[in-house]
Amino acid sequence: MTRPRTLYEKIWDAHVVEQRPDATCLIFIDRHLVHEVTSPQAFAGLRASGRTVRRPDLTIAVPDHNVPTTARLDAAGNKLPIADPESAAQLAALEKNAPEFGIRYIDATAPEQGIVHVVGPEQGFSLPGTTIVCGDSHTACHGGIGALAFGIGTSEVEHVLATQTLLLQPSKTMEVRVEGEVGPGVSAKDIILHITGVIGAAGGTGHVIEYTGSAIRALSVEGRLTVSNMAIEGGARAGLIAPDETTFEYLKGRPYAPKGADWDAAVAYWKSLATDPGATYDKTVVIDAADIAPSVTWGTSPEDVVPITGIVPDPASFADPSKQAAAAKSLAYMGLEPGTRMQDVPVENIFIGSCTNSRIEDLRAAAAVIKGRHKADNVKWAIVVPGSGLVKAQAEAEGLDRIFTDAGLEWREPGCSACLAMNPDKVPAGERCASTSNRNFVGRQGPGARTHLVSPAMAAAAAVTGKLTDVRELMA
Amino acid sequence: MTPLDKVEGRAIPFGLKNVDTDVIIPAHWLKTTTREGMGRGAFESLRADPDNLFDSADFKGAPILIAGDNFGCGSSREHAAWALGDLGIRVVIAPSYSDIFSGNAVKNGILPVVLPQAAIDRLMEVATTDPVFVDLEHQTVTTQFQDRFSFEIDPFRKMCLLEGLDEISLTEKSDAAIGAYEKKLDADRPWMRPAA
Ligand code: SF4
Repeated sequence: MTRPRTLYEKIWDAHVVEQRPDATCLIFIDRHLVHEVTSPQAFAGLRASGRTVRRPDLTIAVPDHNVPTTARLDAAGNKLPIADPESAAQLAALEKNAPEFGIRYIDATAPEQGIVHVVGPEQGFSLPGTTIVCGDSHTACHGGIGALAFGIGTSEVEHVLATQTLLLQPSKTMEVRVEGEVGPGVSAKDIILHITGVIGAAGGTGHVIEYTGSAIRALSVEGRLTVSNMAIEGGARAGLIAPDETTFEYLKGRPYAPKGADWDAAVAYWKSLATDPGATYDKTVVIDAADIAPSVTWGTSPEDVVPITGIVPDPASFADPSKQAAAAKSLAYMGLEPGTRMQDVPVENIFIGSCTNSRIEDLRAAAAVIKGRHKADNVKWAIVVPGSGLVKAQAEAEGLDRIFTDAGLEWREPGCSACLAMNPDKVPAGERCASTSNRNFVGRQGPGARTHLVSPAMAAAAAVTGKLTDVRELMA
Repeated sequence: MTPLDKVEGRAIPFGLKNVDTDVIIPAHWLKTTTREGMGRGAFESLRADPDNLFDSADFKGAPILIAGDNFGCGSSREHAAWALGDLGIRVVIAPSYSDIFSGNAVKNGILPVVLPQAAIDRLMEVATTDPVFVDLEHQTVTTQFQDRFSFEIDPFRKMCLLEGLDEISLTEKSDAAIGAYEKKLDADRPWMRPAA
């Protein structure tokens, strides 16, 4: 009899190439996603040392962070130039490096281009039970389909390209169990914002978090990707959700997913991965789904979460003196007074997008709220950025784009967009943005920009009223 | 990579908690295709203040940085380590780090020392006026006032830092084991190869 193991331990054990005398292991990497920002120096390193890519077949490159979300082709179908020279240089480097090293490359103008963490699962490239890395911390996202997925730095990108392995220490395990049913207007995003508020931005440090419980099981794959995406906001390196019928249903028939007899063998294997009864986690946090309200952040750390019905907290209300200082700083940056009702905070900008919330289900949720309504006059800039070209096409087939544009929102080309201030989509200094992205850090959406993290439905509600709004009030 | 053993000098008494990589190096500095010159962007938002610590006469070019809990949280960008290195920092001392940051630091020849908050508080006090001594071989942080704090470090990371080792060359020694793993994987779970 083997000892009962968690999902994390099973995936880890299946990927050990070698164990070092200490606990460090050489771990095999099944899938490597490459984008234009964290790869140029890695490819340069390979070139300088005369190395090649060990497993180009396990690697996909796609540009997302820098690509403008405006039209990429002119009327005649020619590529439009990218105005920013540094962005253009990074994109050109990827376009050159990928074929040179024999890696699959999805061009910015290809129909399946998109945010790397949307493209992986959508293409069936990300699979349950695999190890997935990418030079981006939101790689944790792929944990939503049951993959052990985490972000790496550029040196590690180079290491994986050269050896298809990484030297890693096993993580501790943490279970976050969400039991019960969430109320109306509460989405996967609200679940993960609430969790982050409960465990804190460092609550999962050193751990891999497995999300369990009936409220997690009830989520679609899109919702699970949203939850796991923000594992890193709780300090964890990776998130995991056990693959089940919902996962298999989602993956079946996707381009890179196994086919025929291979599919059956894969499903049988994936079913064996669930955490064994009796297996233990180093830490467990239990959350009652009924306690979760549509949520919003007030500060500059993702743990600064309150229900939309709440108020801006008084820094003095925190027990920890350094948290008091951080909260005071946050409020100064955010231009908020303690005691203000969150619902009284006006917003001038709306961003619906990012690898957290740009899948079809997210766009449907936002469209359902905004349908037949119009954005408020004080909302100056409101953009909807689908996570991939395929999401965009699907949304257009459903007429969602018209719902958004009729309401005065802009419908854009896929990419990271206003999630981070790297491409032309930025929030002006001193202005607020109700954003479906994952980070409310100082300057994240542009120097001086003030981010309030919310769900897609909540962002749509804010667009309609021009202030942070309880979406339940707009629901029929 | 430059080997690292003893580092002594001024230590920037920074001390802030939850410093994310966006603060260490803002996103617009990521738009490069080389590693050099990134120190100019390090802590840019804080250094906009003319009275900031980093550019003060006492701490400009200091090799040690003292920080608070959860240093280097947020985005996985390795540019944060390059920026610190380019700024001249060889050692960071903090109560905890994000996992990704501490890995990136070591890979770029920067030692992330973990010490309890009480030790950090004391070092912050000393650092305002006097130098701090870090000895990786003996795993100690000391001051000229008889303070002596021992720290733990993973032996592999320690060896890499002491010898300035490049990890890829080390892993390449395991080439046969990787090949064997790949063979076994193809035999046991052939469907793991991307279908298309
Ligand atoms: S959408 Fe944002 S968080 Fe996601 S990969 Fe792009 S920049 Fe990173």
